[in-house]
Amino acid sequence: MAECHPVGFQWVMEAKARGATVIHVDPRYTRTSALCDIHVPIRVGSDIAFLGGIINYVIEHEAYFRDYVVAFTNGPSIVTEEYRDTEDLDGVFSGLDPERRRYDPHSWQCEGVPVTAAPGQGEQETDTPTGQRAAADRTVTPAAADGTVTPAAADCDETLEHPRCVFQIVKRHFARYTPEMVEQVCGVPRELFLAVCRAMAENSGRERTTAIAYAVGWTQHSVGVQYIRTAAILQLLLGNIGRPGGGILALRGHASIQGSTDIPTLYNLLPGYLPMPQAQRDQDLEAFVAAASAEKGIWGDARSFVVSLLKAWWGSHATEENAYCFDYLPRLTGGHSTYETVMTQLDGECKGYFLVGENPAVGSANAKMQRLGMANLDWLVVRDFSLIESATWWKDGPEIETGEMRTEDIATEVFFFPAAAHTEKNGSFTNTQRMLQWHHAAVEPAGDARSDLWFYYHLGRIIREKLSGSTDEMDRPLLDLQWEYPTEGPAGEPSAEAVLAEINGWDAEGRPLVSFKNLRDDGSTACGCWIYCGVHADGVNQAARRKPGSEQSWVAPEWGWAWPANRRILYNRASADRQGRPWSERKAYVWWDEQEAKWVGHDIADFDPSRPPWHRPPADAKGAEALAGDDAFIMQADGKGWLYVPTGLADGPLPAHYEPQDSPFPNLLYPHQQRNPVREVFPRRHNRYHPDPDTDGSEVFPYMLTTYRLTEHHTAGGMSRWLPYLSELQPEMFCEISPELAEERGLEHNGWATIVTARGAIEARVMVTDRVPPIVVQGRVLHQIGLPYHWGPNGYTRGDAANELAHISLDPNSHIPEVKAMTGDIRPGRRPRGPALNALLEDYVRRAGITPDTGTEVRSGA
Amino acid sequence: MAPNPFRSLLEDTDPATASGYVDPPPRMGFFTDTSICIGCKACEVACKEWNHVPAGSLRYTGMSYDNTMGLGADTWRHVAFIEQRKPPAGRLPERAGTDGSDGIRWLMASDVCKHCTHAACLDVCPTGALFRTEFGTVVVQQDICNGCGYCIPACPYGVIDQRRGDGRAWKCTLCYDRIGVGAEPACAKACPTDSIQFGVVNELRQRADRRLAQLHDAGVLDARLYGRDPGDGVGGNGAFFLLLDEPEVYGLPPDPIVTTRDLPAMWRRVATAAALLAGTVALSFFRRER
Repeated sequence: MAECHPVGFQWVMEAKARGATVIHVDPRYTRTSALCDIHVPIRVGSDIAFLGGIINYVIEHEAYFRDYVVAFTNGPSIVTEEYRDTEDLDGVFSGLDPERRRYDPHSWQCEGVPVTAAPGQGEQETDTPTGQRAAADRTVTPAAADGTVTPAAADCDETLEHPRCVFQIVKRHFARYTPEMVEQVCGVPRELFLAVCRAMAENSGRERTTAIAYAVGWTQHSVGVQYIRTAAILQLLLGNIGRPGGGILALRGHASIQGSTDIPTLYNLLPGYLPMPQAQRDQDLEAFVAAASAEKGIWGDARSFVVSLLKAWWGSHATEENAYCFDYLPRLTGGHSTYETVMTQLDGECKGYFLVGENPAVGSANAKMQRLGMANLDWLVVRDFSLIESATWWKDGPEIETGEMRTEDIATEVFFFPAAAHTEKNGSFTNTQRMLQWHHAAVEPAGDARSDLWFYYHLGRIIREKLSGSTDEMDRPLLDLQWEYPTEGPAGEPSAEAVLAEINGWDAEGRPLVSFKNLRDDGSTACGCWIYCGVHADGVNQAARRKPGSEQSWVAPEWGWAWPANRRILYNRASADRQGRPWSERKAYVWWDEQEAKWVGHDIADFDPSRPPWHRPPADAKGAEALAGDDAFIMQADGKGWLYVPTGLADGPLPAHYEPQDSPFPNLLYPHQQRNPVREVFPRRHNRYHPDPDTDGSEVFPYMLTTYRLTEHHTAGGMSRWLPYLSELQPEMFCEISPELAEERGLEHNGWATIVTARGAIEARVMVTDRVPPIVVQGRVLHQIGLPYHWGPNGYTRGDAANELAHISLDPNSHIPEVKAMTGDIRPGRRPRGPALNALLEDYVRRAGITPDTGTEVRSGA
Repeated sequence: MAPNPFRSLLEDTDPATASGYVDPPPRMGFFTDTSICIGCKACEVACKEWNHVPAGSLRYTGMSYDNTMGLGADTWRHVAFIEQRKPPAGRLPERAGTDGSDGIRWLMASDVCKHCTHAACLDVCPTGALFRTEFGTVVVQQDICNGCGYCIPACPYGVIDQRRGDGRAWKCTLCYDRIGVGAEPACAKACPTDSIQFGVVNELRQRADRRLAQLHDAGVLDARLYGRDPGDGVGGNGAFFLLLDEPEVYGLPPDPIVTTRDLPAMWRRVATAAALLAGTVALSFFRRER
């Protein structure tokens, strides 16, 4: 965190100054490790085993927060008899369809609680009949004589003893994640592991909380989403969600990555985590809303969110009669993630490509395939500060050097548009706390540089002008679009605040909305993103508020604006017990005030303010009205935090440790299931996977590789390698290796090394350091090689891109590649030039015996 | 540090007052607490941005993450990175159940001009380009500096330097143009963890003393202050440090002495010698005349 989020790390340092224990789990000893209390060097790609081990410890030692688990999690819920765990099926869950490489999640449901995933989560939902969406409530008994509320029903066991209750399933599932297993799989000594377990357990409960922060070190795996899930289970068991000092914090790679999923740049989401309609399922608005809604919880109001969104986009054209122009929305026919798009480029189906502040020729896994894909386009638009590698590969890219491509053969028409920096435009950043902070333009952009807002506004304006007068039905969505924004300044910059006002929304009289609770499904409200509703309440840019922390409460509600409804901690109803009393004075946050008959506290309650803790909804209640007074997790279809995920994930209701796609070790936890069975693989010529461990050829790639960022540079370098002040601080690509590996391979400090995988070979300066220690995994010594991924052949400081080495094997939920855990070889000296480079690769592939099928199996050796 | 035999010469005077300012503002300086430095180098970049310091070379050094290497005309803040095979202190075993270390530690420290109470660079400057500001800091006036370079060997820390192709001497100004309008220096402003603290030197000294005691209580017995003592060989620094190891480990002189310290004594001896010589000569003439 100190490496990649130094500004945010100041708060960790502040917590440390107040006595917090800071634990850092990382294969390398980084700038974060230097400042922490405990550093845990871990084998890359083994975090589920590590976290699963802590879960096992917490359950075995009864260190979980029982009252919290019973009240607020789905621990008491009973899972159907059809469900089979990895314990039963030798490492996979029930419902696996090996032919289609996917799970059918129907057997994962909880009894009496057939619940839907939150919209935007479950793509495998395509097949789920909408009729499945029954009431997601627990049958409850009246409050007991002592005033405590004890819902008890056949489908829920609050003693947590029922063999099929979630808690027991979780307990059995993680029972094999013992400290001995953690030591074997993760290479973390038992004593060190137990120190972490004790620290977490002792710093959780009524009086204390523990927070977990993670970044792409967890997400960039073929089981990345399940890494986060494991952390979620742990935090729910320890009662660390919805409480001050708790939570799981996703540290983002850019200033507004949170914003770019809220108002998404993702293919499968509409603003506010509404799903993108699917061609086969969502034939009309009602079918779409039915799929997006939940019977219970805030998603029950999905129709209001959708209709208000459509009204924001198509204004007066959107009417009840035409289903608010629902048919104008595009429909998904399949996956269109970044990597799937690259495959369609290679196949000649995708013809045009916009790259906006993105440099895939350096920054995306298997950089070669990115470039080959772009070489197969008709046109390519690149908007960036400088002539990044993704804009110039056609004349000076690595394939030109090797002779694989010739500039005169490439038909792609490349358009480069210089982009304005954030200092040159108005707008908002949304940080990991869901907090929007406004930034004001300090200077006009130089030359032809323009903001993205300018680009898209004028692009739309010009296209609409060209189409004006068209009678083609196909053009109606564009022509009917609300596309009027005031422009300002010499360049005709659209007003960013006008866009914010549209996102916030307004009522039929044009008055700004105050809260998403104002949204209606009758077309009387318009709102560009329901979760952001209120950011422009009273016509005031709430995101631009900058009242100093010293002049307000410690929660600082008047600094910026956090969605939803300016709440600073989500699900904060869970900071009070079932009866609405703070779990402890020390950790009081929001609570039920008897006198005032409402939820009060330091933050805005993430709950209906007047709903008492003992409230039980009528049987016919729907949506938010169906939430009981202790349903703290108001977005979930059963109002509970999910230890076990009955639906919504592609690869199982519980996390299981699978080895990375390329790994030198067999899976000790599930010996008959090496890899995530439903990971997405792309067996293509330039995307070969490495052999299974302990098979012939696996010895060719004996080391583990991991990629990362340095403080001094930014991602693929577009914002740092062109800046002399930053370039001089880390002026060359290097690899970090241990003295032992240097000895083993004859590598010299400050000399050159070539790192090789079946996909590529790169050269780097050698940094021999004790900070990347060899570790003992499964009884043998493993060397791990650290690779910053900032460099490419352009810019002020140049070098080979680590992503030349990476394969494309994706997490099936997020479609994110596994660049944090790979295998490879390292040898002294610089890499070959020209055609000799590919000859080297071919030699490696031949020696390793790699075929198109290598590493593509679903089931391993069962 | 050894007690200074010339203490009487190097009193804890306010350097601005000693330079003739009447009723100057309080002496301002830096306290750089390296125990909370995360090595982000924001100080280096912010300094260069604000002061228009030229970029340096693209030389990869392999010296851990330090590619800046030292202070100079083009580097007024420099973050040192020192990798040691030495477990960090203060990771309380009773708290963690293990020392939580890998047997290594990584020291990071942001170095800067010390703005000495007794600044030799200023003493030797023949043009008056180097001057003492009302804040007690030492600044070069670039329009007066003639590039003679006398100040460079005079600095006991090797801070001030001649800029290549320019010839003049350059160093940290403690952002004279910022502090004069009530802003803090760029490096301190950019420092995310407050490792670099800017303020009134006397207050910073008290803060440093408290921090040192806190670290000692926590078992970090290696912690020490550097440049805080007004009785040291330069009369104390306006920019001083909390270090976690010997100064030499960070590339700092262990016992810096203002290089002009002996000049008055030398001149006194020269004068004595001259007087003696003159007396002898006079005496010899006197005798001859007899």
